[in-house]
Amino acid sequence: MKIVVCIKQVPDTKGGVKFNPDGTLDRAAMLAIMNPDDKAGLEAALRIKDEIGAEVTVLTMGLPKADDVLREALAMGADNAILVTDRVLGGADTWATSTTIAGALRNIDYDLIITGRQAIDGDTAQVGPQIAEHLGLPVISYAEDIKVDGNSVIVKRQYEDRYHEVKAQMPCLITALSELNEPRYMTPGGIFDAYDKEVTVWGRADLKDVDDSNLGLKGSPTKIAKASDKVRKGAGEKVTLDAAESVTYLMDKLKEKHVI
Amino acid sequence: MDFTLDKKHEMARNLFKEFAETEVKPLAQETDETEEFPMETVKKMQKYGFMGIPVPKEYGGQGCDPLTYTMCVEELSKVCATTGVVVSAHTSLCVDPILTYGTEEQKQKYVRPLATGEKLGAFALTEPGAGTDAQGAQTKAVLDGDEWVLNGSKCFITNGKVADVYIVIAITSVVEDKRGRKKKNFSAFIVDKDAPGFSFGTKEKKMGIRGSSTYELIFEDCRIPKENLLGPEGKGFPIAMHTLDGGRIGIAAQALGIAEGAFERAVAYTKERKQFGRSIAAQQNTQFKLADMATRIEAAQLLVYKAAMAKATQKVYSVEAAKAKLFAAETAMAVTTEVVQLFGGYGYIREYDVERMMRDAKITEIYEGTSEVQRMVISGAVLK
Repeated sequence: MKIVVCIKQVPDTKGGVKFNPDGTLDRAAMLAIMNPDDKAGLEAALRIKDEIGAEVTVLTMGLPKADDVLREALAMGADNAILVTDRVLGGADTWATSTTIAGALRNIDYDLIITGRQAIDGDTAQVGPQIAEHLGLPVISYAEDIKVDGNSVIVKRQYEDRYHEVKAQMPCLITALSELNEPRYMTPGGIFDAYDKEVTVWGRADLKDVDDSNLGLKGSPTKIAKASDKVRKGAGEKVTLDAAESVTYLMDKLKEKHVI
Repeated sequence: MDFTLDKKHEMARNLFKEFAETEVKPLAQETDETEEFPMETVKKMQKYGFMGIPVPKEYGGQGCDPLTYTMCVEELSKVCATTGVVVSAHTSLCVDPILTYGTEEQKQKYVRPLATGEKLGAFALTEPGAGTDAQGAQTKAVLDGDEWVLNGSKCFITNGKVADVYIVIAITSVVEDKRGRKKKNFSAFIVDKDAPGFSFGTKEKKMGIRGSSTYELIFEDCRIPKENLLGPEGKGFPIAMHTLDGGRIGIAAQALGIAEGAFERAVAYTKERKQFGRSIAAQQNTQFKLADMATRIEAAQLLVYKAAMAKATQKVYSVEAAKAKLFAAETAMAVTTEVVQLFGGYGYIREYDVERMMRDAKITEIYEGTSEVQRMVISGAVLK
């Protein structure tokens, strides 16, 4: 069985967020981690590998420094790693990204593709389903449990108040939730091996059946009008009142702001 | 000369840091309070290969280098010195001598389960009357047919009761030199926990590293197979000394970790703690103390890493190991004492980690060769 896990290097939530003048993220200037939903997807793939055997390939599109998350994935137990990187792919929105990744996936064999539900930087949850659409594959999103059953997968798909158990024949694509599992740590020996392994690097020329007009910033229908870091809240107003006065004060304020 | 870590060592450090923060730190205070060996943590470390980091893969290890192992002990000790010494004693004092002096059969039989963490190791040299003067040891081993018979006792043994495999140093002959002086010949042995005649004495109640299992070992006509002699007969003393050279790098890393852990807490605390209307970090007294600590810690780290690199590339690294242990241990003691002072009354309360760290630091100046022994090793090389 062959599984491809699409992962993304995202800004570390503990680090600061920096932007380019065009409003896109300045990824080179930020600390980076493997996107949590993607990491859960990788863990799910590795558990399938442990249980029934599978060849796990990780694939990412990003700057050359995205090599770090691929090495991390290899150190956790992935078998192969592919980095898709090219200047012309920069500034891609979800459409251009999914087009690119689908173009890369057309070069490889797979039974199952796993992506994270969404990345903590863009939070769109669009790339996974879009890849499936480009490749003409069935998609099961929001997976909180994955089981392989012969040529099919049985997935618990999460809803707000319930879950659906969905069965799909492979090849198909699943988007994983970080609640799916507790990802394993790397091992020290896995890290040393990861740096001895070759990461396959692909550029624009290696993408199959894609049109230039759908790639990079130029191929992105999404235009970012403005982006900013979290707006800090003001210091607020401090008042010292007894209980009865406090209620009156609050009611007046709420009325003043037309909340009530 | 490049003082930056390469990417794989950097990633390994991040792994150890994340593991220590997530899995070890939450249990550190409880481990100290209850004096219970952190078996759950050891099982987790086993799962991720931490018990065989510098061991070749062919023997079940991770195939990494001494520097990676050193960073592991350092990061664990930043949050829990007990956990740090469990790994250090196991790896440096038990796995390493079998790997260095063992026969292929001994390596297959013992190193593999030790490196995978399935079994835990310990080392026994010290006796009630023989600490720094290790030659004063009394435990004897006599060959009887196909078995060695051990009699005597060992004390202050780390991983004492929880280990499965023990390296034991014992006298195998006494010879007279030309002047008629008696000289003991020691040999090293591999002893399984279930060897007949092997039992445990009292558990030591300690000032620090209270979760580590420190026991007296008793050998009463303890019989082990003839083939469990480690290295040549009569070479036990040089084997023990060489083993301790490696062990000192582990303890130096433990001491370094304790100092770094206390320092990190001091930086955070002094920024928060307000006296006379401003944070104590804004006071020059605090600033100068922090500056001195930061400088001393970095110097200790360079010595520890240099010793680890020396172990990877040199046959003999006694002086590098002695310097690293001496300086790191004295740094740990000095830094933790100063950090408790910066914390003031809170530093003296057990609820705060720094109180434990100061107690944990002291042993690093004592075990695996006191600071005085390290000075003997270093001055011996200087005056050679």
